[in-house]
Amino acid sequence: MAEPAGGGALRNAFGGVLSIFILILIGVLAFSIRLFSVIKYESVIHEFDPYFNYRVTQFLTKNGIYDFWNWFDDRTWYPLGRVIGGTVYPGLTLTAGTMWILNSLNIPLSVETVCVFTAPIFSANASWATYLLTKEVKGAGAGLTAAALLAMVPSYISRSVAGSYDNEAVAIFALIFTFYLYIKTLNTGSLFYATLNAIAYFYMVCSWGGYTFIINLIPMHVLLCIVTGRYSSRLYIAYAPLVVLGTLLAALVPVVGFNAVVTSEHFASFLVFIILHVVALVYYIKRILSPAMFKVAVTLVVTIGMAVCCAVIAILIALVASSPTKGWSGRSLSLLDPTYASKYIPIIASVSEHQPPTWPSYFMDINVLAFLVPAGIIACFLPLSDASSFVVLYLVTSVYFSGVMVRLMLVLAPAACITSGIALSEAFDVFTRSIKFQLPNLFSNSPSAGDNSSESSVSQDVVKNDNHRQVEKSETVPKVKGDNSRPTEKSEAVMKGKQSKKNRKKEKDLEEEDILKPKKERRLLVLPLEASAVAILLLIVLGGFYVVHCVWAAAEAYSAPSIVLTSHSHDGLHVFDDFREAYAWLRHNTDEDDKVASWWDYGYQTSAMANRTVIVDNNTWNNTHIATVGTAMSSPEKAAWEIFNSLDVKYVLVVFGGLVGYPSDDINKFLWMVRIGGGVFPHIKEPDYLRDGQYRIDAQATPTMLNCLMYKLSYYRFIEADGSGFDKVRRTEIGKKHFKLTHFEEAFTTHHWMVRIYKLKPPKNRIKGKWKKSKSSSKSSSKRNGATRKNPWQ
Amino acid sequence: MYIYIFWELFVGLGGSLDQNAVLEFVDSGRDLILAADSSASDVIRGIATECGVDFDEDLEALVIDHTSYAVSETEGDHTLIASDALIHSDVILGDKKIEAPILFRGTGHSVNPANSLVLKVLSASPSAYLANPKTKLSSPPSLTGSAISLVSIMQARNNARVLISGSLDLFSNRFSKSVVQKAGSKIKYEKSGNEQFVTEISKWVFHERGHLKAVNVSHRKVGEMTEPAMYRINDDLEYSVEIYEWSGTSWEPYVADDVQVQFYMMSPYVLKTLSNNQKGLYSTSFKVPDVYGVFQFKVEYQKLGYTSLRLAKQIPVRPFRHNEYERFITAAYPYYGASFSTRLLVKSSWHIVM
Repeated sequence: MAEPAGGGALRNAFGGVLSIFILILIGVLAFSIRLFSVIKYESVIHEFDPYFNYRVTQFLTKNGIYDFWNWFDDRTWYPLGRVIGGTVYPGLTLTAGTMWILNSLNIPLSVETVCVFTAPIFSANASWATYLLTKEVKGAGAGLTAAALLAMVPSYISRSVAGSYDNEAVAIFALIFTFYLYIKTLNTGSLFYATLNAIAYFYMVCSWGGYTFIINLIPMHVLLCIVTGRYSSRLYIAYAPLVVLGTLLAALVPVVGFNAVVTSEHFASFLVFIILHVVALVYYIKRILSPAMFKVAVTLVVTIGMAVCCAVIAILIALVASSPTKGWSGRSLSLLDPTYASKYIPIIASVSEHQPPTWPSYFMDINVLAFLVPAGIIACFLPLSDASSFVVLYLVTSVYFSGVMVRLMLVLAPAACITSGIALSEAFDVFTRSIKFQLPNLFSNSPSAGDNSSESSVSQDVVKNDNHRQVEKSETVPKVKGDNSRPTEKSEAVMKGKQSKKNRKKEKDLEEEDILKPKKERRLLVLPLEASAVAILLLIVLGGFYVVHCVWAAAEAYSAPSIVLTSHSHDGLHVFDDFREAYAWLRHNTDEDDKVASWWDYGYQTSAMANRTVIVDNNTWNNTHIATVGTAMSSPEKAAWEIFNSLDVKYVLVVFGGLVGYPSDDINKFLWMVRIGGGVFPHIKEPDYLRDGQYRIDAQATPTMLNCLMYKLSYYRFIEADGSGFDKVRRTEIGKKHFKLTHFEEAFTTHHWMVRIYKLKPPKNRIKGKWKKSKSSSKSSSKRNGATRKNPWQ
Repeated sequence: MYIYIFWELFVGLGGSLDQNAVLEFVDSGRDLILAADSSASDVIRGIATECGVDFDEDLEALVIDHTSYAVSETEGDHTLIASDALIHSDVILGDKKIEAPILFRGTGHSVNPANSLVLKVLSASPSAYLANPKTKLSSPPSLTGSAISLVSIMQARNNARVLISGSLDLFSNRFSKSVVQKAGSKIKYEKSGNEQFVTEISKWVFHERGHLKAVNVSHRKVGEMTEPAMYRINDDLEYSVEIYEWSGTSWEPYVADDVQVQFYMMSPYVLKTLSNNQKGLYSTSFKVPDVYGVFQFKVEYQKLGYTSLRLAKQIPVRPFRHNEYERFITAAYPYYGASFSTRLLVKSSWHIVM
């Protein structure tokens, strides 16, 4: 790298300013692409979980952090209640609460506004973190490319559009940032970054249960480094403080607490911690002993060590095996064994985001990145450094996890963006270099083609000519080379003071090799000019496709808030605002202390929007309680009434899509209610609800099905609504059309019948006798029946 | 507000009364005396059935008893019964024992023993049966023995009280003033027990007796005066309620030793008998269980003859706050020691290094 010092500094400064400018643009892009939901719909909180987070944030802003920490919520999971402070990951709430402090600076913001925009803001942060991480791995060019890709990757957009106020929104930023600091520590060996890393990890633990991914991935990487003979003191500094400080900090989060040391999810980190120390000790002893002595010592230690290790492992296995779930939580187990949940825990299997994804969802969520990733992996191996091996490991594990649970596609997205960013940037690097080499030849045929300085100037010309959208990607190309030497120089300087002479010498040799190698390769990797030009063009087209797809995904696929539904039909746009209508009805027409029972999906919304006590909600911590509600829903009316009455329920809410064709209604979820209910109360048997293994609600349905509460509450008076009792979701005529409710009465049905609220009738004032009317009296009774039959539903 | 429905009179008056109207009247919390005769119409039967009392299907059937009939001038067909199988309850029938048997002529009815709201006040003797005396008994009578109820009362869940009698004559002056002698018994009473019975039981029906009210339900932490919005686990609390009984003119303190309070969350965690101060104030104190959740103070007092008291008061119980745990745990002293000694060690070794 024989560049004139002045020119290099100027170019670096220029590159620095440019990349900051690009980063700002990426941030704006990441933020604004997520605003489609606000523009197309309105500034509302989306879906289910965000409503809970919103409610918690409201509580936090109103009562302060200590009350939040100690919040015992008596309005959910009636009558058990829920210790919110101890069971919630507080990161998101605290983040939004901190942002809300702007209010005290006379910037008036409602809590809702802050909540709606938290996710877009943090996706901008996440793309910057991606830049930092990728820059550590493969230089600034790859960093900018990866950041731009991440800013609009659909998988991440799906979880972070404006209004999607969920843990993942901030957790992905925390995840990437933690990885960045780990790599940074690994590259620099600085304790400062190691400490920051532990703090970033703490933030991640606060934010999302997915932190276990970090605390398993990093040990895996450390182990990989050790096995491949890449142990260094930098590795030690990157890992040991993280485990110690990180575990201590994680234990401070109430929801994690002692889990940070006792559950199997964290076990790998401690094991690797021990291995790392053993390895460090071995290296130390090797250094102070002569080779012969070392050999003796090894045999001695190995024999004793093996015995001790066997004993310890035996004890550990015995301990772990004695616990019923082997110390793993259900969700983690279903990650390791994808069939676990469907076999044992219907409540986990029932959630659609816990299902394995389909192939189209990969294309939908990461689009062209799926094709760039392999190229990125290859690029990571040329040359393989500690950092790039980490990226590869991250990618491989996250691909596995995303294949188990569709929700974890979100973890794959940053990995895919980073590797794709590396691939794109390397590809541009190669192609522009090829052009650069050959352009002078074309014009002058001068022999100075291989000269570095002319190389860079030409490539900048190429950049200036390129006015395409993807300009930022190609622009970054010269910087890759310019920066190539910078981090290594810096790290060298840092290490000078801290490392022994021997080590330094070794590293210097390594670096020299690193510098020499690309030089050689550069000369080899010269492609024909035309091929390079076409390839660049194709890459730009590919990028164009990606952008178009992402914008489409952001605008159409992922911006619907799911509490307001729209549908386009031949006679224009229909808006279904039934959910809010129902919750508003509950809020205004029921007593403050009334209990509302519904399937758990609607628990968070009911407590946040209707402000009524609910029996179960989306925090599915108590299987029995959910099973009780499931049993009630699948029981006949009288038994259901008794169950609900014993829980002091006043109103029952069901979601019914049969009239307008809303597919995710309670009838479609009903089999899960049966399964979950039957899992705890064996008198509920799934086959009773199936006719020859088929789930149906038409005339062929089983009597158990036609008499269960869910059927009755869903289809009560349905015949009146459309005349024929035709269910648009199931595309069939319902089996039982005329029936009355004896223990429930309809309290409210929304405009499109999507939400139906029933009230439990009070117990009968009198108990009837057995006497049946004699013949002479049947006249009057039939008359009465006749009179009521005209309007049986009044 | 109350209605008497003496069926014959009523029909004679030419009134028209719908079954539903009467039942609505009861369901709105008001009282009813229903006296049917053997000619009771479907409306009466309908009302009775709705109240849990089943009259016999044979409209003409009367209660016949060949052993405990009332001795009268004409031997008759033993449909005039002298019964003394009264319910043993001071609340319903008053403190004074009804000595004389009660004259009854009319139809019987049955009540479902599983029905907790209905009580037999006056039952037939074991030898009674229900049949039409004018026709020959071709099949065994459907109702026999003490399963036959002559007079029943029903207290609905809203505490409305209904008296159902199968005999209209029971209330008549002729019966209440007549001399009565039970068959097989030497004792001859100058006056039947009807008047006393009817007076006392109508007092009960019209809530002049056995009507309870609970007021001033309160709970507080021991040593505090105000009612908290929430308790913490292991708090000591006091619960009190005042219960009064209506004497017909004023509210008198109700004294009993069987009033219990439950601290209830899906099942009772605490069940305590309340002690009273003879002036109507019932109170107790107990420790909140070591379980958090939304509890209820529940008093469910259902005693024969009294209106039922159902009090439920919701109260959440929270776990400890973060700063309510002990700062130092005895079991952890070795660890405190370890950490402090490590600090000292590090400090001293620092000096050595320096």
